[in-house]
Amino acid sequence: MALRIVVAEDSVLMRAGLVGLLEAFGHTVPAAVGDAVALPAAVAEHGPDLVLTDVRMPPGNTDDGLRAAVALRDAHPGLAVLVLSQHAATAYAAELLGPAGRGGVGYLLKDRIGEVSEFADAVVRVAAGETVIDPDVVRQLLTRQRVVDPLDALTPREREVLTLMAEGRANASIARELVVGDAAVAKHIGNIFAKLGLTGGEDGHRRVLAVLSYLRR
Amino acid sequence: MSSEATLWPTMAHPPRFLRSAWPWRCLAYLVTTPLFALAGWLAVLPTFVLVGLPVGRWERWRLRLIHPAGVTDPHNVPEPGRRVWLRTRLREGATWRELGYALCLLTVLPALDLLALAVLGVCLVLLAMPLLVVAGDNAELRLGEHLVDTFGEATAFSLLAMLPLTTLTVYGLCVLAGAQAAFARSLLEPTRAELDRRVRDLAHSRDRLVAAFEAERRRIERDLHDGAQQQLALLSMSLGLAARELGPDSGRAGELVADAHRQARLAQSGVRELVRGIHPQLLTDHGLAAAVEELAERCPIPMELDIRLGERPSAPVESTAYFVVSEAVGNAVRHAAAGRITVSGERRAGSLVLTVVDDGRGGADLARGSGLQGLSDRAAVLDGRLAVLSPVGGPTSVRVELPWLCG
Repeated sequence: MALRIVVAEDSVLMRAGLVGLLEAFGHTVPAAVGDAVALPAAVAEHGPDLVLTDVRMPPGNTDDGLRAAVALRDAHPGLAVLVLSQHAATAYAAELLGPAGRGGVGYLLKDRIGEVSEFADAVVRVAAGETVIDPDVVRQLLTRQRVVDPLDALTPREREVLTLMAEGRANASIARELVVGDAAVAKHIGNIFAKLGLTGGEDGHRRVLAVLSYLRR
Repeated sequence: MSSEATLWPTMAHPPRFLRSAWPWRCLAYLVTTPLFALAGWLAVLPTFVLVGLPVGRWERWRLRLIHPAGVTDPHNVPEPGRRVWLRTRLREGATWRELGYALCLLTVLPALDLLALAVLGVCLVLLAMPLLVVAGDNAELRLGEHLVDTFGEATAFSLLAMLPLTTLTVYGLCVLAGAQAAFARSLLEPTRAELDRRVRDLAHSRDRLVAAFEAERRRIERDLHDGAQQQLALLSMSLGLAARELGPDSGRAGELVADAHRQARLAQSGVRELVRGIHPQLLTDHGLAAAVEELAERCPIPMELDIRLGERPSAPVESTAYFVVSEAVGNAVRHAAAGRITVSGERRAGSLVLTVVDDGRGGADLARGSGLQGLSDRAAVLDGRLAVLSPVGGPTSVRVELPWLCG
């Protein structure tokens, strides 16, 4: 699936690298900008399928890119946004996921571009409307030490399912990953929701949001 | 008027003298005397004023006889350059006090001390009366009508009269030395105002150092973020692309590339940890509560957080508070064998108050733990306070209180 992707990244080398990578997977990049101010203009001009943006960018050199991404999701409800970050901080992921847009959304560590196939896969999934959360961020949430850990109640298999759910995988994808049937996955998810007291077992963004906000408590 | 003529013979003939150039020459001579004297004084005066400087230095050294702890030098350290040095010294009150002291030292003080020593000398000679009498050197002493000239009388006189008197004199001498040293100190030490100014200068320079330190940390973090982190990500990407080009059955070459890829990933996570330790970006972007939350997510011991601040304090306060929590949590993990850590923070009357309590074995000491000591210093720079309460057996409580706003 060839996508039209607008890239925002302040480092010239990294920008060229990202464009090259995306083009190697058959996508086109109509615009690649270097700061958070030029990003909305480029999106308005080119109407891309997906925006790939860095978190830390000029003008403020703090989380300008992330805030631009949140604003874009707000302004263009169908737009898919994939954010690249140097930090496995769940607070950033939560900020990005917070406003519910209809388009796909992803938060990946910059390290992930080294796993070129996984990265390319994530790009396609986000463009298709899925939610993708970096495995490192999810691992950090799941391995967090708690005085009373409700996750102790889960079986090892249920923990695996929860991890993949938190990363944004759909039921079919989870089933493929764990080499089980769709029905088995649905049963595990039902158990997890019951044990953790979560409500709403529907697929997609809202489920990821529910799981992540539960884990961040 | 002949050029060989001199003043005195010419004066003998008043009419000729008064018409001659001599009165004018005399007048000119007299007028130039004070001018030259003035020039001489102006040339010598600075040197004269500066006489106090070496005297002061020498005397402060000599004062160690009375004040072994030493006496502080009151002078400022001037900028380089002789002129600047001279101007600095002439403007300092200390220079003029030292001059005053030097004048006393050259006049009154030695006379006073010699007089006192002379009294002691007389006392000692009289104390030695018995010996002098035995030596038979025609030694005798007249006390009113009575003549002391036998050994027995001399001994009695020495023991009964001179011994107490000599002791008293020695006491008097010590009082004199003490008083003189106090006088010297009052002139050679920095005054209260000078000390106050020095403390103010030190406080300012400490503030600047801390600010520079903080700026340097941020610069290093930024350099790593913009440099090494990006380059490693690109390297990793190139290796990923190379592996993809090679395909799944690429033998030895594929193994080598996969190996290099693994090492690049390790380097990436290493640099990421390093950057977090230098200055967490999350702290800048989302503030203290979020940064401590992230600390809790990676902490191997359960952490309970109760940080309710509302708005954000100023950046240096936030940063110091974060590193205090980070250090206290690190200590609890490394040394205390704690089972849980509680971090609470709130705004209380213009201050940020943070407490980190762990249920470990305690025994932490601010004086020994260099990390906590450094943070205590950092807190002090912001006019804050760090207190560690850690009885042996636990629990350990680290409490830091910082002004909400600063800088």
